[in-house]
Amino acid sequence: MKARFLIPLGIFLVLAILLGYGLSQDPRDVPSVLINEPAPSFTLPDLFDEQKTVSSDTMQGRVWLLNVWGTWCPECWKEHDFLNYLAQQGVPIVGIDWRDERAEAVAYLQKKGNPFLFVGFDPDSSAIMDWGVYGAPETFVIDKQGMIRKKHKGALYRKVWEEEFVPLLRQLEGES
Amino acid sequence: MRRVAVVLCLLFPLLGQAAIEVAQFDNPEQEARYKQLIAELRCLVCQNQNLADSNAELAQDMRHKTYQMVKDGASTDDVVDYMVKRYGDFVLYRPPLRFSTLFLWVGPFVILGGGVLFLLLFIRRRARQPAAGISESDLKRAKALLGEEENNT
Repeated sequence: MKARFLIPLGIFLVLAILLGYGLSQDPRDVPSVLINEPAPSFTLPDLFDEQKTVSSDTMQGRVWLLNVWGTWCPECWKEHDFLNYLAQQGVPIVGIDWRDERAEAVAYLQKKGNPFLFVGFDPDSSAIMDWGVYGAPETFVIDKQGMIRKKHKGALYRKVWEEEFVPLLRQLEGES
Repeated sequence: MRRVAVVLCLLFPLLGQAAIEVAQFDNPEQEARYKQLIAELRCLVCQNQNLADSNAELAQDMRHKTYQMVKDGASTDDVVDYMVKRYGDFVLYRPPLRFSTLFLWVGPFVILGGGVLFLLLFIRRRARQPAAGISESDLKRAKALLGEEENNT
């Protein structure tokens, strides 16, 4: 019974390890249930023209990205230049402008450049809820079959792009 | 002058008008369902709040969606399925019993059982030990401290 004094130490160590593990986890990183599920289609008013609508159906048969953003979201400002760069490289990106003011969003794209093929305007979360979006920016990868293959939360930058997106896109382009 | 100031001050509270979300239903049953749903669904932005408590914009949208669905005659399960399909089990404050959530459900009972077992063993061990013997001198000292020293002897 000499080692009895070690019991509290043992309990402390176990607790410290468990709590440390808990701290290293990101509670905001909710696993998406939509990976490898058919992408929900959306039809939204065009950001640039209230009279028109844009629809995800026009992207059928292509590998494309969906980016959910808003002018109110600081991370979206951060990633915008990189999105512009991707668009220059020919990556098809569709935007959903979420919970935004139309005029502000248009001015934002005019000033900073528009990397999107088209932008749907979703001021009251009618489309984004179908996609399980709960923050901005979020970027989805949709394959030729119309399945969601990846979801990235937070700003997109070069490192993530090269490590996670490039190999996936290459693979998806190869699929029929 | 003073009176005017008092009246003006009394008018101040009228400025503090908080916006209240009004949800009107066709029947009390729907209202009860709505209230139960927003109490049990979890906000994804303020993760330790349910939809009813959270002021996050997403929670407002989710409440609104819940409201619309309930008003259109959706059952509780319909709404829950809708949310789980999009946001996963995470939106449920009452998680389903699955292999991955087994520890969550069974864990507390395992710990309780362990505690009871420990307690039983502890009590039995103590019962087997001889009654704590106090030496004669200790007893004397204790009595002295308590001011009960026996005068005889």
